[in-house]
Amino acid sequence: MDTRLIMMQLAYLLSAVLFILGLKRLSHPDTARGGNQLAAIGMLVAIVATLVGGGIVTWQWIIGGLLIGGLVGGLMARLVKMTAMPQMVGLFNGFGGLASGLVAAAEYLRYTHGKVVESGVAVSEVPLDSSLSIMIGTLIGAVTFSGSLVAFGKLQGIVTEKAVKFPGQQVLNAGLFLGILALMGWLIISTPGAIAGADPSSINLWYWGLWIAAMILGILLVIPIGGADMPVVVSLLNSYSGLAASAAGFVLNNNVLIISGALVGASGLILTRIMCKAMNRSLANVIFGSFGEVAGKGPVAKGEKRTMADVNDVQADDVAMLLAYAKQVVIVPGYGLAVAQAQHKLRELCDNLESRGVNVKYVVHPVAGRMPGHMNVLLAEANVPYNQLYEPEDVNPDMANVDACLVVGANDVVNPAARDDPNSDLYGMPIIEVDRAKHCVVMKRSLNPGFAGLDNELFYLRNTMMLFGDAGDSIGRILEEVKQL
Amino acid sequence: MIATMPDILVNVIIFVLAMFIGFEVITKVPPTLHTPLMSGSNAISGISIVGALVIAGMGEGVLFDVIGMVAVVAATINVVGGFMVTDRMLQMFRRDTDTN
Repeated sequence: MDTRLIMMQLAYLLSAVLFILGLKRLSHPDTARGGNQLAAIGMLVAIVATLVGGGIVTWQWIIGGLLIGGLVGGLMARLVKMTAMPQMVGLFNGFGGLASGLVAAAEYLRYTHGKVVESGVAVSEVPLDSSLSIMIGTLIGAVTFSGSLVAFGKLQGIVTEKAVKFPGQQVLNAGLFLGILALMGWLIISTPGAIAGADPSSINLWYWGLWIAAMILGILLVIPIGGADMPVVVSLLNSYSGLAASAAGFVLNNNVLIISGALVGASGLILTRIMCKAMNRSLANVIFGSFGEVAGKGPVAKGEKRTMADVNDVQADDVAMLLAYAKQVVIVPGYGLAVAQAQHKLRELCDNLESRGVNVKYVVHPVAGRMPGHMNVLLAEANVPYNQLYEPEDVNPDMANVDACLVVGANDVVNPAARDDPNSDLYGMPIIEVDRAKHCVVMKRSLNPGFAGLDNELFYLRNTMMLFGDAGDSIGRILEEVKQL
Repeated sequence: MIATMPDILVNVIIFVLAMFIGFEVITKVPPTLHTPLMSGSNAISGISIVGALVIAGMGEGVLFDVIGMVAVVAATINVVGGFMVTDRMLQMFRRDTDTN
């Protein structure tokens, strides 16, 4: 091994260390920003090391690619709205998966085009570990790519957010997966012969067929998942993008790829587990893609159908009165807050209440919104200090002493059926028990059931007031009324 | 002994140990940081850029140039966009200094 290669490997080791330190810091609020910067430096080290020591012959494609990618990525990062963060992360995930998959593809094509040369002769035998790594890298990369694009489409509203289901879906997925495994096995066995036969075109076609099949699998795995389950999917795809990078590392025998990919894979799995816990679903249930199944059964028929006549429909001035003279107010934000982009108005309302001596707490359910921590980012954008945000278990025990709960565009995470009704599909999911507060105000567009398609008993309780309309408008009107009191 | 160990075995060992490091390092993440952790780690998964650069620069013909460049573009978007957007988010997070 010459000095240049040794230097490059040591630089890779340095970037792996920087990634580990960066991730460690990313999981503590005070050090998070520095941690992210540390990881970015690690990436820069790896890139420079590759450009210097990677045996680069031609530069135009590299420079062009770096410029285009840097410009597009930079602009997207700068321009994206905080409310659109989930689809943004989903899209980035997909690009990572694509890059990892293409690394595997290039390695495969190098073999079939006779570009892998040892002591002056093109290698015709593909070592089993190489071909196995290539196939696995292709599979994970392509699944991550297409799955992330579907997730992006769902979050952006291009693809329906509803869970798309059809009979035999699970059988089709399992069949496709087995077919892909068979194709991978066949490619591994047949590739050396095709190289020796000196006509790689047909085997290459089969290889691209593997890409297409894996991308279809990615689509099929994400399409049956509904919007409210997106936090789980986004976390899982995040984990996959790490595993895809790791697989590319196996293909290239490159340690920094293996290590960084594994770190991301682990962090994605941890987030997935947190999300599953918050929804009371098992990880196995998620990995095999059968979730969403539970949520699709439709409203639990429970006696007669409720109508508008059964709800306590109020106006903004009633709510203003209630909030302004309360001692303790709890705010429960949900996806509706993001849709209405009402986080700044909400903050303004809460500031006003606090200046009147009202104690205001924001309570965020872990799966509120469309990605882990979605609500936290929105509230941070509106300048709400993160130590004013509480988790459900911090507030639930004292709920009976809360004068008013303001539920802004949240639904399933405050559904008492999750606690009380063993027949409910939500049963067992930890909720924010707003129904136990003295008063509860629910802001909602209409009486439509929430994402899980379940009716919410909360809306019909005696101490619940319903304020219909766009959350942004409603909060604005409440604020006007509060100011006049 | 190490010298005779096949590459894939070494790689699997590294992979498994790195997974454990990942689990140990991250374990407890406050909900506030779920999104930045995800987007930041997502940027790290753009490390495939290392492989993409080698492909784009090896000068083995149009096919590899194209695959390499597409991979470099995709990975760079992932890396640059991921780190920048994470930084943008994290600079918004602040602790309440005048807590009562």
